[in-house]
Formats: sequence, C-alpha cells, structure tokens
Amino acid sequence: MQIHSPEFKQRAGDALHNAPLQRALGNLREGFPVKRAAAVARMPEFEQLRNEGRDLKNHILANLDFYLEQFEEKVSAQGGKVHWARDAEEARRAILDICRNANAKTVTKGKSMVSEEINLNDYLEANGVTPVETDLGEYILQLRGDHPSHIIAPAIHLNLDDVSNIFAEKHGTPYTDDPAALMQEAREMLRRQFVAADVGITGANFLVAETGSTIIVTNEGNGDLTQTLPRVHVVISTIEKVVPTLEDMTLFLRLLARSATGQEFTVYNTLSSGPRRPEDQDGPEEFHVVLLDNGRSEMIGSDFQEMLRCIRCSACMNHCPVYGAIGGHAYGWVYPGPMGAVLTPKLIGVDQAGHLPNASTFCGKCESVCPVKIPLPKLMRHWREREFERHLSPAGFRFGLGVWAWFARRPALYRWVNRSSSWFLRGMAGKKGRIRSLPLGKGWTAWRDMPAPQGSTFMDQWKQQQGQRQSSASTTKGKS
Amino acid sequence: MSSSRQQIFSNIRRGLKRDPLSGERLDQVRNRLAAHPASTIPARSQLPPAEQIALFAQMATEASAELIELPSLDALPAKVAEFAAANGITELVSASDSQFNQLDWSTATEVTLSHRVARAGDLASLTGSFCGIAETGTLMLLSGATSPTTLNFLPDIHLVLLRQSTIVGSYEDAWGKLRARGQGMPRTVNMITGPSRSADIEQKLQMGAHGPKRLIILLLRD
Repeated sequence: MQIHSPEFKQRAGDALHNAPLQRALGNLREGFPVKRAAAVARMPEFEQLRNEGRDLKNHILANLDFYLEQFEEKVSAQGGKVHWARDAEEARRAILDICRNANAKTVTKGKSMVSEEINLNDYLEANGVTPVETDLGEYILQLRGDHPSHIIAPAIHLNLDDVSNIFAEKHGTPYTDDPAALMQEAREMLRRQFVAADVGITGANFLVAETGSTIIVTNEGNGDLTQTLPRVHVVISTIEKVVPTLEDMTLFLRLLARSATGQEFTVYNTLSSGPRRPEDQDGPEEFHVVLLDNGRSEMIGSDFQEMLRCIRCSACMNHCPVYGAIGGHAYGWVYPGPMGAVLTPKLIGVDQAGHLPNASTFCGKCESVCPVKIPLPKLMRHWREREFERHLSPAGFRFGLGVWAWFARRPALYRWVNRSSSWFLRGMAGKKGRIRSLPLGKGWTAWRDMPAPQGSTFMDQWKQQQGQRQSSASTTKGKS
Repeated sequence: MSSSRQQIFSNIRRGLKRDPLSGERLDQVRNRLAAHPASTIPARSQLPPAEQIALFAQMATEASAELIELPSLDALPAKVAEFAAANGITELVSASDSQFNQLDWSTATEVTLSHRVARAGDLASLTGSFCGIAETGTLMLLSGATSPTTLNFLPDIHLVLLRQSTIVGSYEDAWGKLRARGQGMPRTVNMITGPSRSADIEQKLQMGAHGPKRLIILLLRD
C-alpha cells in the first residue's frame, strides 16, 4: 500500500463528510462491539485468559530468538524452508524467486496484512506474476483497485451497491443486490483460479515452535483452498507471531475469535506442517515460510516492545470512537485504529505518521478490550513525546504548549490567570451560560457552544476542601 | 539470506541485552517446550463425558452444523443414501477409507461412492474425523493416506463421521490425543466448526463462501 499517512488531517476531514462511508461505518459500530461483549460474557474465564495472554507474550518476547530457532529447525526437519527477510524488499524478492522457480503465472492469495505491508501484489504484477485475492472482501477490493480499511473486515468501508456495481462491471453478469447471489458469483469465479494457480500464498496467525507449524484462522475456507490446491505453498508472516507450543497457541485462539468477530471459534483453524507427505494424495509439494522483520526486532527492549504482543484481532479499532468516525483509509497505510497509531510510526517513521498517535481521545477503550492488554494510550503518548522532542509538531502547537508551561512554572500567576479567565468566560456567556464563539477556539465552537465555567476554580476548591479536612481532623483530635 | 538471519537475531539479542540463551535459562525454556503446560482451561470444557457429548451437539448446532445420529456404523450407508436422495446427490467423493469400505453399500443404490481426491464441481464428500471438541462443537481432521484435505473444502456439502467415543472436552485434550498417536504432525490439521461463511458484504452473515455450504455430522453412538 502507498503511504498516505502525512495527509491524515485532510483524509479524516473528507471521511467525516463522506455519506456512503458513514453509512458503511454504521455496520461496524453496531456489529463487532455487541458481538464481542456477548461472547466474552459467555466465557467467565476471559479476564484470566487475557492476563495469561499478556504474560505468555512477554515470555515469548523475552525468549524470541530461542523460539524462532526452534521453529526454523522443525520446519526444516519436515522438509519446509524458512526465508529470513529484514525488510519489505527482501521479503518480496524471496517470494518472487519462489514463484519463478515454480514457473508460476498466477498465484492465489489468502488474506494477509503482511502482504499489504510489503506491497506484494504490485510487485508480483510488475514482475509478470498475477496475484488473485481469494478472501471475499479482498477480492472485491482487488476488482476495484482498492485497499483494505480494516485488518479483519477489509471491505468494511463499502456498501452493498459498491459490490453489486463492481461485480456487474468486471464479471459481465447482470446487476444483483442479493448478497447471497454475489457471494455465489465470487465462489464460482474463484473456483477456477484456485485450481489454475501454481503457487498459493497465505499469511499466518501464529507460528508454532514445538511442531514447526503455521496456522491460519478463517471463516470462508479460501485460505485452505489457497494452500491445498497449488503445487507450492508460501506463508508470509512476521517474527513476533511465533508461540512455543500447541497449548500456547490454544490460549491465543480462545482470545482471538471472541475479541475479533465475537465468535466462539472461527470456522476454519488450520495447521500446516511442511509439504505433503509421501502417502498424501493432495497438498503442496513445497512449503516455504517467509519471516519478515521490518523494524520489529528493533522494538524489542524499546518503549514500544509491548506492541509486539498484538495478535491482530481488531478489537481496538472496533471500539475506537476515532476509527468509528473516520474509517481505516484516513490513517493512510496498512494498520489503522489504535494499534496502527502505535505500529505505523515505527514501521514508516514518526515524521510520516506523527498525526496518527495524535488522533486519539485517550478514552482508553482500546486498552480495556485488548486481549493481551497492550497499554495503547501509553504507547501513543510515547509517540507524542518523540514527536515533540524531534520538533515535528506544528509551530502553533509548540508555542501554545510553551506559553502554558511558562505559566505552570509560576503557580501564583497561573492561579490568578485561571481565576480571571473563568470570570471573563462567565461574563462572555451572559445569562444563558453558553459561549457561541470563542477566540482561539473557533474550530471547537464552530460545531457546538462552549458551556461557561461553573463555580470556583479547581485550585480554589481544593484549597477550601483541604482547609475543611484539616479543621475537622483537629476537632476529632480535640474530642479524643 | 544468512546475513539477514544473522542481523535479525543480533537485533533481537541486542534488544534483550544478552547472548544466545545458555545454562539454566536455556534448560528452563527447553523444559517448558517439552512439558507444553496448558493455560486456564474453561470450566465448560471439563465436564463428564456424557455432558461433553451434549455440549458438542449444542455448540456444533449453534455453529450451523447439522447432526444426523447413527445408532451403529452399519446404519451409515442407509442414512447417507437417504440424505443423498433428499438432496439430489448421486455421487459421494470419499477416500478409500477402510471404515467405509467394510460397510454394506448394496442397499444404497441411488448414490455411488467415488474413491478419489475432490475436484471443483463435486457436490458432496464423505470423510471420517480424528476427534470432536465439545468446547466449541469443533471437528478435528488430519490429512493422511485415507483423508485428503481437498475433501474437506471443495465439495458443496461435507458429511463427516464422528464417533462419540472420540469427543473430548477441550482443545488441549485433542492435542494430547494427537501426540499420543506418536506419528508427529500430519501435513494438515483442520479444526472445523460449522460450514463456510462470510460477512464481508455489509457485515451481514452469508453461509457458503468458499468451503462447504453445509456441514453434516454423522454422530455415531458407539
């Protein structure tokens, strides 16, 4: 995906005025949070599982080198091959080499956000290999030349008529607005591709060190056809996805389905271990795992290490008031919402993505639903500090903060200014108690009135309360 | 790309401020890997066997799987023939699986059993299963000589034989069974919970995306 994160403010503004997008986002706001809450309520152990998930991820990260070595050893022992890629370019080249060795003309693809991260489709296309997305949402987007706006519901920004139109145009079939008919159409179109493809590329939700297995979690079954029918199966994944054992994977599967779609369990959880065995009648003859780093190893030992616990469930964005208002495309790259606001500046640079960690109300909802308890607001605050330290924040913002800091260091003056501006605002508000237009705050009052300050200032109330407490404490003492 | 590998590992170790694990710490993680301890297992997955079977049936039905009960294995051909007739199925794809081959199919004249892997366009398949997991009504299938994976995904309807004696409570129990087999990992382990579906169009759930549109569990009361 091309990077558009620097245009965040413009894109967010456009999104708020985009009526079809707002209609589509309504489906998200009403869907995922309700389903998640119901699934969590059915699992009394859920909070315990979250704590264990957090602790287990911390254990994995503290021993990441060991578990990655174990994984590689097991994959090789079963006849598969692990390819290590420091960055997007190395990962793309490794995959292209595999495709060329297989004389591949078309490759089918299961859903993979890592493949978006390395811009794989454009690269394959430019090198004479045709990629075919097979996840229904991704397929719709590929027909439109569009990109995912959500990590598990890629086409959440579209409405039914968008799908009807693009299918009628690209398939040359009569227009239909029956979702079942549209799905049947995609099923038939993709059947041919599954059978014709030379290479199948999937992502992986987890990599199991104990068994050298990769696992994909899907509801459609497209990933399974992608990896079973072609002669070569390529898994593209990242280094932090390794888990020690099948039991450890199980803990995350229990957390993942409920946090993501609110399902008890996803329909297809499929483990792949190496190529087909001699006695097998089907399955791929080659099994490759491309493991991408792309800046993740540098997050270890840094302020952002906790972000590597992420299992990509999307609960944070599903519950985020900012994501819910503007959708995923406004964020301008692969990973949107709170997890994207923390990860994106690391992957593409805070100079490119500095707006993202600022686009938060710090309501804390993301952290409260995160299955591995990543302190997302704290990590966003770290980015804000970095941005300020590196003088990347706008001049007006820095000036304002400077003025505030000057006063804050002079408590008497600070209190006096506070008190008098409170009087001033009350005067401005008049009898109605509301200010229609505020100097320096026109952007805020353009949409709503500002209520006038009520009563005395916080500092005055505090002082008064402390005084009362002291006098009542001394009375008690006198009585005893 | 061995230099890439080296650089990734040295970055990780620099972040962790240590060399490759050795001594006691290495023993600890090795022991953990070998012991594969479980995390919290939900109480609902630790029921007595009879209740596990009921929970399996309830959860599988909730996930939109359909259950057909078999009083005995001998009853399978007739039940399958009945289902095939009711759904316009004339050919069932199945591997040459001895548990099916040994049955008397002579009464099931309307439907033929083809022993091969699945192809695009197949209407229905018949497979066995390794075990059932009560916690979520999940089937576990292993790839192998008599259980090619395509049978689980290409046909429109997937009929699966599940012996109720193989139903376990939790996924952890299933991993225990898999390890007890002593044959290592098969190429593919499929955990299947209900038929294929997608909500990619306006978040409205539609059944039958790319995998089977219907999942029929033939539950054998053994």
